Amino acid sequence: MNKIIEFKNVSFSYSEEEEAVLQNLDLDFYEGQFTCVLGHNGSGKSTMAKLINALYIPTSGTVISYGLDTADEKNEIPIRRNIGMVFQNPDNQIVATIVEDDVAFGPENLGLPRDEIRKRVDEALKAVNMYEYRYHEPHRLSGGQKQRIAIAGVIAMKTNCIVLDEPTAMLDPKGRREVIETLLKLKNEYGISVILVTHFMDEAVKADRVVVMNDGKVCLDGTPAQVFSNASHLESMGLTVPKPLELAYQLQKNGVRINGEPLTAAEFVDGFKNYVENRG
Amino acid sequence: MIKDITIGQYFPGKSFIHKLDARTKILLTLVFLVFIFICKNFYSLLLVCGFGVVVYLLSRISPKVILKSFKPLLPIVILTTVLQLYYIKDGNLIFEWKFISITDKGVFTAVFIAARILTLLLVSSLLTYTTSPTDLTDAIEKLLSPLKLLKIEVHTFAMMMTIALRFIPTLVDEIDRIMSAQKARGADFENGNIIKRIKALFPIFIPLFISAFKRAIELADAMSCRCYTGGDGRTRLRQMKFSWRDIVGSVVTVAVCVGVIVLNYFFVHLI
Repeated sequence: MNKIIEFKNVSFSYSEEEEAVLQNLDLDFYEGQFTCVLGHNGSGKSTMAKLINALYIPTSGTVISYGLDTADEKNEIPIRRNIGMVFQNPDNQIVATIVEDDVAFGPENLGLPRDEIRKRVDEALKAVNMYEYRYHEPHRLSGGQKQRIAIAGVIAMKTNCIVLDEPTAMLDPKGRREVIETLLKLKNEYGISVILVTHFMDEAVKADRVVVMNDGKVCLDGTPAQVFSNASHLESMGLTVPKPLELAYQLQKNGVRINGEPLTAAEFVDGFKNYVENRG
Repeated sequence: MIKDITIGQYFPGKSFIHKLDARTKILLTLVFLVFIFICKNFYSLLLVCGFGVVVYLLSRISPKVILKSFKPLLPIVILTTVLQLYYIKDGNLIFEWKFISITDKGVFTAVFIAARILTLLLVSSLLTYTTSPTDLTDAIEKLLSPLKLLKIEVHTFAMMMTIALRFIPTLVDEIDRIMSAQKARGADFENGNIIKRIKALFPIFIPLFISAFKRAIELADAMSCRCYTGGDGRTRLRQMKFSWRDIVGSVVTVAVCVGVIVLNYFFVHLI
């Protein structure tokens, strides 16, 4: 698999007096993957996200995004053409007063011809199921809809990778589901690499790879099943396991053994059915 | 309550006036505003007011909206009218009681000024009522673009206007939230003398400013992530196009202006 982003021995602190947020971090991201970065508040996961596309420059070490060093100012725009970013608060990243104009903002900055912008905006809005809202005013939309507009803004720039910094933190469960479904669609249908920074465990379940960060370091890295099998380790870092798995563990303590590690409700139901039948 | 405040309100529609190009509308409104003050006698005034009313009727904006926009200026109109009636002493006397004397010239001038202010208000509010904020800022950017030669950052100015318009509803929501939060802690905004009330505003504005700055920083990050580097090399999705409507609109307005000059010249003796 192709490496798209490489962290080499990266340390970062906001100012000289302050303690380092990231310490000697080594981390790679691969093309076409849905990677979920988990961590509680202050684990350095958001800082890591902002280092990817040169919003922050490492205090020491290097970050290579698509073969370009983020520390070089010349690389700023080429990197951002490859890596789009969506932030936590949907209100603070929408620029225009009309949905369509906001999605067009990125392509306009790239200096694309008008017909091309038109095509990309329509495609991007259709990809996130917001085409019928193209003439609406963003402030009248729900949080989930606003985040999808922000994602459409990135799609319209045709970036290869999209980094999302806790995009669902301010959304209700419905909005969260909409955003996650949109991201899975981007990965599966458009082949865009997704890096999702979050503290919601259940969002990590559908990822190809889960990276858990604590105190500025990577402490777990693997498939969701591998990572969530370390329940006690996760709990010691202030993280919980997904609800279905937690339930399975609780049952296990009481003598009900379910095969495997159910990460979703459906898997749990299957496992439980199996258990009942075998007992039967 | 604070949500009732609307700045630069826009009422979407499909009328002839709505469909005029925003640049045409801004220019014609400016020309027209000047001619409201150029007209000197009742004939030209009638022409100007009549034209204002016709434009209003074409826009199909509800009369309620217009009356609402007149309301805050009504005291000023009434005050100036009364002052004119009282202070103008030449002309034929038509009414006298103790120290009050009203002349026909005073009545003329009063009516004249009231008509001017109301037409001015009507036409200028029609501009924002019938033009979307986006079109308005785009048009201002285009119209001011010659200033680029003087090294003035026209694009930056237009971008600031767009962002300001975009954030008005967000910040209004924020004020509402902060006010509720402060009320919940026992803040009192309605009672007390004026100094007390002004003091009560500090706990609203300080958190508002702090959050506005935070938003500004985040927005700046989001914009640079989307490769924004200023106006150079930027293309636009929206394109402004002049149509036959703009020609018709301009011709009619110019005709009215010529009419005003002609009427001013031929009927000098009337006033």
